[in-house]
Formats: sequence, C-alpha cells, structure tokens
Amino acid sequence: MTSNLNAANVAAADAHSREFLVFSLGEEEYAVDILKVQEIRGYENVTRIANAPDFIKGVTNLRGVIVPIVDLRIKFHLDSVEYGGQTVVIVVNVGERVVGIVVDGVSDVMSLTPEQIKPAPEFGVTLSSDYLSGLGSLEDRMLVLVDIEKLLTSEEMALVDHVAE
Amino acid sequence: MDITDFYDTFFEEAEELLGDMERHLLELDLDDPDAEQLNAIFRAAHSIKGGAGTFGFDVLQHTTHLFENILDHTRRGELALRRDIVDTFLETKDMLHDQLDAYRNGQQPDAEAYARICQTLQQMALEEMGVAVDEGAPAPAAKPQPDPDPEPEAQPESAAAGDGGSHLEVALIKVADKDRELLVEELGQLGEVLSQRSEGERYLVALDTSASADDIEAVMCFIIDADQVEVRSLPAAVQDSGDSAPASEPAAPPSAAEPAVPASTAPKAAPAKAPSSKPKAKAAGGESTSIRVPVDKVDQIINLVGELIITQSMLDQTASELDGVAHGAMVNGMSLLQRNARDLQEAVMSIRMVPMDYVFSRFPRLVRDLAAKLDKDVELVTEGKSTELDKSLTERIIDPLTHLVRNSLDHGIETPDKREAAGKPRTGRLTLSAQHQGGNILIEVIDDGAGLNRDKLLTKARESGLSVSDSMSDDEVWQLIFAPGFSTAQEVSDVSGRGVGMDVVKRNIQGMGGHVEILSRPGEGTTTRIVLPLTLAILDGMSIKVGEEIFILPLGAVLESLQPTEEELYAMAGDDILLKVRDEYLPVIAVHEVLDVENARTKLTDSIAVIVQGEGRRYALLVDDLIGQQQVVVKNLETNYRKVPGVSAATILGDGSVALILDIADMHRLSRTKKEARHASRLPSGVNAPVPFKEVEPS
Repeated sequence: MTSNLNAANVAAADAHSREFLVFSLGEEEYAVDILKVQEIRGYENVTRIANAPDFIKGVTNLRGVIVPIVDLRIKFHLDSVEYGGQTVVIVVNVGERVVGIVVDGVSDVMSLTPEQIKPAPEFGVTLSSDYLSGLGSLEDRMLVLVDIEKLLTSEEMALVDHVAE
Repeated sequence: MDITDFYDTFFEEAEELLGDMERHLLELDLDDPDAEQLNAIFRAAHSIKGGAGTFGFDVLQHTTHLFENILDHTRRGELALRRDIVDTFLETKDMLHDQLDAYRNGQQPDAEAYARICQTLQQMALEEMGVAVDEGAPAPAAKPQPDPDPEPEAQPESAAAGDGGSHLEVALIKVADKDRELLVEELGQLGEVLSQRSEGERYLVALDTSASADDIEAVMCFIIDADQVEVRSLPAAVQDSGDSAPASEPAAPPSAAEPAVPASTAPKAAPAKAPSSKPKAKAAGGESTSIRVPVDKVDQIINLVGELIITQSMLDQTASELDGVAHGAMVNGMSLLQRNARDLQEAVMSIRMVPMDYVFSRFPRLVRDLAAKLDKDVELVTEGKSTELDKSLTERIIDPLTHLVRNSLDHGIETPDKREAAGKPRTGRLTLSAQHQGGNILIEVIDDGAGLNRDKLLTKARESGLSVSDSMSDDEVWQLIFAPGFSTAQEVSDVSGRGVGMDVVKRNIQGMGGHVEILSRPGEGTTTRIVLPLTLAILDGMSIKVGEEIFILPLGAVLESLQPTEEELYAMAGDDILLKVRDEYLPVIAVHEVLDVENARTKLTDSIAVIVQGEGRRYALLVDDLIGQQQVVVKNLETNYRKVPGVSAATILGDGSVALILDIADMHRLSRTKKEARHASRLPSGVNAPVPFKEVEPS
C-alpha cells in the first residue's frame, strides 16, 4: 500500500498539493495537516486531571513540557476505546500550544491535490463540519481532513480558557 | 556588521548610566558635593553623548552636550550647587530618558521639550556663570573643527593622547581580511588614515586622530579581541601632514556602548586613563564583570537543568536496584552525579536572582519628588539592598511597593509642624527593608508617621457598607484597608487616595504567592510587611498519595499531619465532618472526593489528615499516605492546557510522570461547590455519617 501511495505521491506532488498525516480511529481514516504535527509517540504515563471532560485523558511530560492528551476516539464517540501497543499519540502544534491526540494508529503521509479535497457536507453532529477542512478522496478511500487547530481550540474541547477572551 | 546591531547595547547602557546619574544626583550633598560623584555624573553624560554621536542621535547628543558643559562647571567648582539646580539636572535627566525612549522606539524625540530643555540649560549657563554655552558644538563626527572646543569638553583624560590630534599606529594582529576592512573603515571615522601596510601577521595602520589610544582599542574591541589590537604613538618623524583634520570627538562613543572592555588588560601604548572603566566599576557597585543575557535563555537553561535532575533521579532509581558490591563504581558515580546535578541546579537558579537594590533604587527619586510636593520632610532609609529575589518577582513587586510608599508618604508621615507638635523630629523617616526568612523574603515599608486611625477606619468602613463591629481586633481593623474601594484620605489627591489600590496591592501580592500584613501603632507609625516566596520556579512540596495518584502540597501551607481517631471526628449537618485538633474544630476535605480519585481509602481513620492553611482558612485534607518532602520544579499547566480547579500547577516526578500541585485555597472552594452540586442532586455518597459519628465500613 505504502509503495503505491508513494509513487502516486511523487506524481501528485505538484506545487499546490498539501501533505497530510493519516491516522485511524476505529475503522475510520482521518488526516491532519502534517505541518501541524510535531511528533508521534506512544501512549504512556498520563496523569489524570480531575473534573475534566472524559475525552481529556490528562497531561503528560514531553521532555519537560506539560502536554494535555485528548482522546479523539472518546470525543468522536467511537465504540471501542482500548489502549494497547498500537495506540499512539500524535503531538500537534496548535497556535502556541502543544497538544497530544490519542489515535488507534498512524498509517502514512500522503499528498493531496486541491482537486482531491472535496468540501465536507454539513450534517455532522458529533463532528461539526466547522472543524473539517474537507474530505480527501483517494480512489476507494475517504479521508476525513480535520482542521485540528479549529477543533482543539474550540470551546467544546475545553482545552483553552475561553473566559479570558 | 551593521552599526544598528549595537543600538540595543547602547540603549541599555545609556539607561543604566542615566540611572547612575540620578542616583548620584540624589545623593549629592549640596553644601559639600563629593568631587567623585560630580565626576561620575559628568562622565555619565559624556558617555551618553559619545554614544549618541556615534549612532547619529543628534537631539540626544546635543542635549547631553549642553548638560555636560554645565556639569563640567559644577565639577570644577565654578557653579555652586543649589537645590533648584539639582532639580533642573534631574529634569534634564528625565528629558534624556524620554529622548532615549523615543530613539529606542524608532521615533524622533519631542522637539518642543528638546527646545525647552536646551533653553533652560543655556539660561542656566548664562545666569550662573555669564558664559554662553557654545550652541553649535555637536558637529557631525567626521567634520573637522577649526578650534579646540572653548569648553574643555573633550575629556581631560584624553589629553595625554595629544591635543587636537596625534599620530598613532594601530596594529591589528591575526585579523581576517573581511574584518580588517571594516576596522580600517572604522578607524577612518575616528580620524584620518595616513598609511596602512601589512607586516606578517600584523597589519599596521597609521592614524591621525584626536582620539586616545584607549578609545581606539575600545572601538576595535567591538569586533575583535583585546589582544588582537595594539595602539602606540608614532614618533614625530612619521608625522607628515600636520594637523590636518582632527575629528571633533568620535572617541568616546564606543566606550559608552561597551564599557565592559577590559581596558586595563589591553596592551596600552599611550599612558591615557581609561575613561570608561571607572564609572562602570562604580555603577556595578563592586561587581567587576557581568554579561547581559535575555531572560528566556536563562529560563531555557533552568528547564534543561530541571530535565537533567529528572533524568538523574530516574537513573538513580534504576541504579539503586543494582548490587552495590558488584557495581561499586557505578553506585559511586551515581552519587557523584546526583551531587553535581544538585549543585548545578542551585547555581542555575541563582542566575535568576537579582538583588533588591534593583527595586529599591527607584524609590529615592519618588520619595524626594513626592515629599516636595506634599511639603513634608522625609528621609528614606533602605536596608537589605543585597537581599536576592527572583527576577520575575522583582518586576512584579515594584508596582505594589510604589503604592505602599506613596501611601506612607501621603497618609502616614505627617507635615513637619504636626510632627514637631507631636514631639517627633521634623523629618519623617521611611524605611524600606528586605530580608530572607526561611524560603521567603520579607519586604517591609516602615514609616514613623501617625499610624492608622482605628476610629476613622471603622467609621469609613461603615460608610462603605462593610460589616464591622467595635469589638474587632486591631489586626482585623487594619485588614479593612485592603477592602475594594476603601480610602480614608480626606480629600482625593493625585498622590494617592483614590481608593483603588490597596485591594489591588493585596491581589497582586497574593498572585505572586505571598501575603501582606499591617502593623500599626497610633502616633508611632505603620509597618506594611510583604512576605513573598523567593522564587516561583521551585517549590518545597510534600508529596502525598491518594489511591494510585500522587499529588504535591506546597509545604508552606502544611501545618501538621496526623492520623485521626474516631473520637476526634464529628459529623455535622449530614455530610460535613469536623476534625478536632487540640481545641479547634477543622472541616475535613477528602482529596479523593474533591478530585474523584478511584480506589482511595474511604475509611477516615485509615487515612491521614494533613492540616493545611490557605487564605487564612485552616482545614484538614484527607489523604492516603504521605510520601515525602521534596523540591519540585513548578511547571505551568496553562501553557498548553488551562486552569484546573483545585490545582495551581504541575511538576515532573523522578520517574518522569506528571504530578499536580494542589492549590490549598482553591481545594476548599472546589469542595464546597462539589458539595453544593451533590446537595442539589440529593445524592448522598461516601461519607455522610449519622450523628453521633460512626465509620462507614468500606465494602
């Protein structure tokens, strides 16, 4: 799969294409702008934070920086939420902040041309289309392109103090 | 290399010089001025002028030039100092500061203010000495000047280097071609380059200049090391063109911009005195050398060292499981590493510490001006100037302290007549003191004024609608002045008395993790005491365990800990529990309830009660186990997350995991809101014990 994609990537890598990191939540495939991704690491040593929403798993120590960890599977109401060896945390940079998101797995990085990015339909309840930058169509696959910055700074994620603003 | 690179250095240095100037001006004894101080003031003005000239800040250069001329007369005793003259000097200094700020922000200084101050200074020169200060003196640096200045404003120190231009040979040793061109160009600015030639590693430049050898070295040291340059006077035979073009005085600027040049260690040819080394040495107050480093660099080092400590304790844990006999060298190495790491941490933390003098030095001027405005005689005494405090705290303490000083001057210290009538010396005394006390710093503002007036405070409080009674203790009455909107000043003045302030002072100080107390005696004065932690970056903590989770309590808030017995526990109104400690009944707050910790001990007598105090409230915090005391590095949760109720910050433990630091005062609030929420939903849980108290056995 990967080699095919790489070949396709090279062909598609014209000036306007954007690169995305593809990750899976359950059976679904999502993708985030790779420029927002700082690193990928395992899920471990998370300190719970009391009285926080259930999708905020807590905080962890990322080389001396305290980083909150959000489980998107819980946020998106997925059925099975398990923590195993495959569970990874994608550390993303959102504005000035660093946030870790828990996903079931990271598959690959791919380039999407503007033609491959379709507008997201406005019907999502759990995941409002406000937080999507589109849908990536790739032959038989569909990637949900998450606008991670908008999603994580949104009020419902309760990651940022909105009172002060 | 661009000259603008040095702007910041110049601005900072100039600011420091102005600060010194002000300090010296304030300390001047009018009747018998100290020559050394007058010299220091003169040199400060001179250095700023030089720097301003180099960087093309004409207005600043001209103002300092006029100022310098008058200062020169005073230091030579031709102009007797009077209070109003010193006032004008101070005003000029303020003006220079404004001009400096304008340049720093890339603007032109206020032309009107500039014209005014120039006129004032010229007027003064005329009236006091009948000498007209040469108006057009500050010619552009490279422009030749026909006559030596009528005023001896070319520094006397440089006289040794020749009057109106001497011939020097500058040797550049092992200098790269690129730098050399730049240096020669720079030398061209200082005077006329007569010849240049290469001699092995040395590159010799003959120069006709009015600058002294030291000044040239100072300029060169911007770009190359001091040992790469040698300056010596040329024998007369080599001098050919005569006094063609002595540049006015571009010599001083470099010394203003970089006074850290170790002039004494540089090889010297001309027997000139280093003009800059002296004021700098004085300014630093005994500190011989220092470097400027941006705060975020220091913070980065502190973070890294924090990481190192954590890694070290992780290694330590692993190593402790090893057999000490078989791995003797390893175990020894580990203990050495531990010691080194701790030493390193301590040393790094001390970088952030600055003496309180940084704060206190602002007050002499403030007190002087305010006292004059209020027609009061006030003597300011500062104690413990060398007490060190975290830089970030010193910056935040300035505003509250300024407010307290203003208050003391305005409301505390009486007018001289009143003081005399009360049998006190006419001159009031305001003391600022700082001292260490354990892990805290104690800052006091002490005045010997009238003290707080209990009756007046109570009356005022009633008017403001606060609930007070005559039976309140003095301490409680004094606390009233921290209530929002409270002011006892009879009339609102521009000094203080708007009634916004003391509550802000209190809030600011609490925001820094400290607190304020007031001690006052009628007729004897008032002492305001601020207690602050030394640093916000490190906290003495007590680690506790609840369920599987570890939390940190600030050690300063912990009074004692004990294991409660059944007899000491009393239930009240359903689910409130009180713990009797000696003769006090303290509310009990279970950490596992407030923070929803699972698998915690629910049996009260198995838990440990930690008696804590926060915001004046005492209560018992119920935890499973005490683990130990340790210093923790405080990490802000809000950097990447948000404020968490009941938690003030986080830290990283020895195993690399994150532990939350509990906010003692907030825990109390959180517990109440949780209880209220539970009452609202009428779902009693856990520990609602019937009366009399009986344990609920964990099932």
